[in-house]
Amino acid sequence: METRNLVRIALLAAFIAALGLLPRLDLPIAAGVPITAQTLGVMLAGLLLGARNGALAVGLFLFVVALGAPFLSGGRGGVGVFFGPTAGYLVGWVFGAFATGWLMGALPLQSRLARALIASLVGGVLVIYAFGIPYLAFAARLDLWKALVAGSVFLPGDVLKAVAAALLIRSLPEKGYSQRP
Amino acid sequence: MLAATLGSRTWLHRVPAGWKLLALALCSVFFFQVTAWWGLAAGLAGVLALYASLGRAAVKRLALLAPLAPLLVGIALLQYLAADAATAASVVLRLLLLVLAADLVSMTTPMLAMMDAIAPLLRPLARLGLDARRLGLAVALVVRFVPTLFEDWRRREEAWRARTGRRPSIRLLVPWVHDLIRLADHVGDALDARGFSSRK
Repeated sequence: METRNLVRIALLAAFIAALGLLPRLDLPIAAGVPITAQTLGVMLAGLLLGARNGALAVGLFLFVVALGAPFLSGGRGGVGVFFGPTAGYLVGWVFGAFATGWLMGALPLQSRLARALIASLVGGVLVIYAFGIPYLAFAARLDLWKALVAGSVFLPGDVLKAVAAALLIRSLPEKGYSQRP
Repeated sequence: MLAATLGSRTWLHRVPAGWKLLALALCSVFFFQVTAWWGLAAGLAGVLALYASLGRAAVKRLALLAPLAPLLVGIALLQYLAADAATAASVVLRLLLLVLAADLVSMTTPMLAMMDAIAPLLRPLARLGLDARRLGLAVALVVRFVPTLFEDWRRREEAWRARTGRRPSIRLLVPWVHDLIRLADHVGDALDARGFSSRK
């Protein structure tokens, strides 16, 4: 792997960690809704680095968290986070970043905004929930429907983050981020 | 604070990381089988006793569980409505027990010791192109650049407040992300210029 890719992966992982330290951001589209921004970083990792490197960035972030760095929002870290009821979401982040990056490159749409929006909604919300909800059901001994209800409290915020990720990507230069310029 | 480990050294620090991880794995396999709430309560009491044995700083760490509280309350309510109080109690107690036990390992194991302990598990991945030296560099870069990136955000936030008098908008993320990629490529070039990639 080229050094350039390695460093991009590492800095995107650091970016996801830094997002967890931000207290809160105000979204102009929904003033006052507090969001913890880390899944925004997961979507951006896929959108900026592509499927493979985006997934590697998220995987590296989770690896550093597992080693003991308190980089999840709220200052959580260590192996404990992978024993909690939300561990499935964390594992889903890796696949979510992959799906987001893959869709961003593969969707046959002209509009970059539309591609980024669909990629973030499918990869950054749907795929992550597909891992998070079943594990929540297993860890909490709930049936799937109840887990779906319990897990959906994050849904409005996550949809807003997908919109934010797409708007953000539209404002960034198109060339030179996914490959070597 | 850049580590989940406790500042002071305790008796659990002296136990090798591999043993602690093995104990944690056995503990989680065991308590996933236990369904009686009193069995899980006893286990939780045991873990809490271990916390107490590590001193006041360890007990204070329990406050970090606060973000988990709403979810645990929700799970308990759903279980209570669907089944009964005993089931609700056992589910919540099991989750608390496992998270606290795992936190105990992280609190008493420095990152380097943890990395050494899991290095044998990563060896098979070397064939897939993941060599330990590059992984080590990547981990070091992440830990090194988190405070840098956060400090960078704080400066942008301050400038934004000074210009607008309002709270930071999500629009501020655009230049931050843009400069992040440029910073990454500078660091990559700097590493290459110092012969990083030629030293296979």
